[in-house]
Amino acid sequence: MNLPIYLDNNATTPMDPRVLEAMLPYFTEKFGNAASRNHAFGWAAEEGVDYAREQVAQLIGATEKEIIFTSGATEADNLAIKGVFEMYKDKGNHIITCVTEHKAVLDTCKHLEKLGASVTYLPVKEDGLIDLQELENAITDKTILVSIMYGNNEIGVIQPIKEIAAIAHKNGALLFTDATQAVGKIPVNVNADGIDLMAFSGHKMYGPKGVGALYVRRKNPRVKVTAQMDGGGHERGMRSGTLNVPSIVGFGKACELCRLEMAEEAARLSALRDKLESALTQLEESYVNGNTQYRLPHVANISFKYVEGEGLMMAMKDMAVSSGSACTSASLEPSYVLKSLGLSDDLAHSSIRFGLGRFTTEEEIDFAIEQTKKAVNHLRELSPLWEMFKEGIDLDKVEWVEH
Amino acid sequence: MAYSDKVIDHYTNPRNVGTLDKSSHKVGTGLVGAPECGDVMRLQIEVNEENVITDAKFKTFGCGSAIASSSLATEWLKGKTIDEAIAIDNMDIVEELALPPVKIHCSVLAEDAIKAAINDYRVKNGLAPIESEKSHH
Repeated sequence: MNLPIYLDNNATTPMDPRVLEAMLPYFTEKFGNAASRNHAFGWAAEEGVDYAREQVAQLIGATEKEIIFTSGATEADNLAIKGVFEMYKDKGNHIITCVTEHKAVLDTCKHLEKLGASVTYLPVKEDGLIDLQELENAITDKTILVSIMYGNNEIGVIQPIKEIAAIAHKNGALLFTDATQAVGKIPVNVNADGIDLMAFSGHKMYGPKGVGALYVRRKNPRVKVTAQMDGGGHERGMRSGTLNVPSIVGFGKACELCRLEMAEEAARLSALRDKLESALTQLEESYVNGNTQYRLPHVANISFKYVEGEGLMMAMKDMAVSSGSACTSASLEPSYVLKSLGLSDDLAHSSIRFGLGRFTTEEEIDFAIEQTKKAVNHLRELSPLWEMFKEGIDLDKVEWVEH
Repeated sequence: MAYSDKVIDHYTNPRNVGTLDKSSHKVGTGLVGAPECGDVMRLQIEVNEENVITDAKFKTFGCGSAIASSSLATEWLKGKTIDEAIAIDNMDIVEELALPPVKIHCSVLAEDAIKAAINDYRVKNGLAPIESEKSHH
């Protein structure tokens, strides 16, 4: 086992060596511009892209023509939301999204508000799922888009996309989902789920960084988005720019591997995750954040009360994880996702996200359990809050000298 | 962001972790920060008849820099008179631990904890609390 161990696979995943192998010829030998239609170099590149487009489409049950390659999920989020807002502005200006979305969605919506959009930010329940009744209540005949993420990046909860899509369609709105964390990890089928637009990314599924895709439905209904990048009219006019051929080829390969290995891999990861989670929740005053039934197989988000997340991560020095604590940022605001679940700030500050991945081994999980337990116990020895808790003092009644 | 060696040293081997008897008239306790802000420091001093700090203890809920700042503070406090202790400036802590700008608040909190502990001691012993000339809030 090599240290440190990587348990931050929701931030990014290492590239699978098989993906790298598929990409390599496209840097030096097959370096052509996929848009060069009149010589062999262009044809070779185009062939690579076409094959990748099939691989990507197949993973999500789409057709090749429905895949628009982008620089990643952030760009795909922007293209979907801004593109729909511009394209469908005659129909309405109302967008519904949710408070736990990624910033790429939330900030795009905020931007559109300045341009005349009316945006509803649905709250989530304590378990991180939206209340379908709230969606029903919010939707109007001016609603053009419902944008709800598939699986959450911090807590891993899976929203009921199929039900959400049904409500959107019943009211004449389109359904967009940021599925960056879900695609490649769990079965996602755009037809079974009724998805009209979907963003996802290569580097969250063992592919390269800097490449992603927007799925845009072509039939029932035919969806259009206004391009946000003007130029040579690539990607059926929706996303100009010379195609990033090596990365697209790698993304395709990554999708294929996920499709072939998903069932086995999801079972393996959820068993490891459950082992980690059940061992760590044996620690006193530790809590799992988010719904544990509707959840991605590789994520565990746990709050260890009375210790601060960043301080805790420092003691977990042989592990790469992430925390809902915002101690590193200037804002001092802990995770907005955890706060949206109704977690108090101190519990949000005390959270650690463990993100398992394809290369995580059981030996690493055993190590993570031991090191995390040790770290939590060490920091609780140092924690005045732990001492006060043990003395039976109600911390909510203490008058804190806010800093 | 990488931590300085001194922060790592104090974090890994914190000095003077513990609890003094807060009901003793010789002991001053400062509890500053708030759980919601992600930082709570408790700093305690024990003072003899000559106004010399004979012992100092801390417990801190917070990031590595907050733990290191309070650990360092307890080291500095021991053996100092109250007058010397009150003169400890947060920038001395920043310099000693090489704290980056986003961690300066940790040193401010440590200075506040020192002043709060001294004032708790003074009030317990019938003296007026010392007003801080500078305000960080």
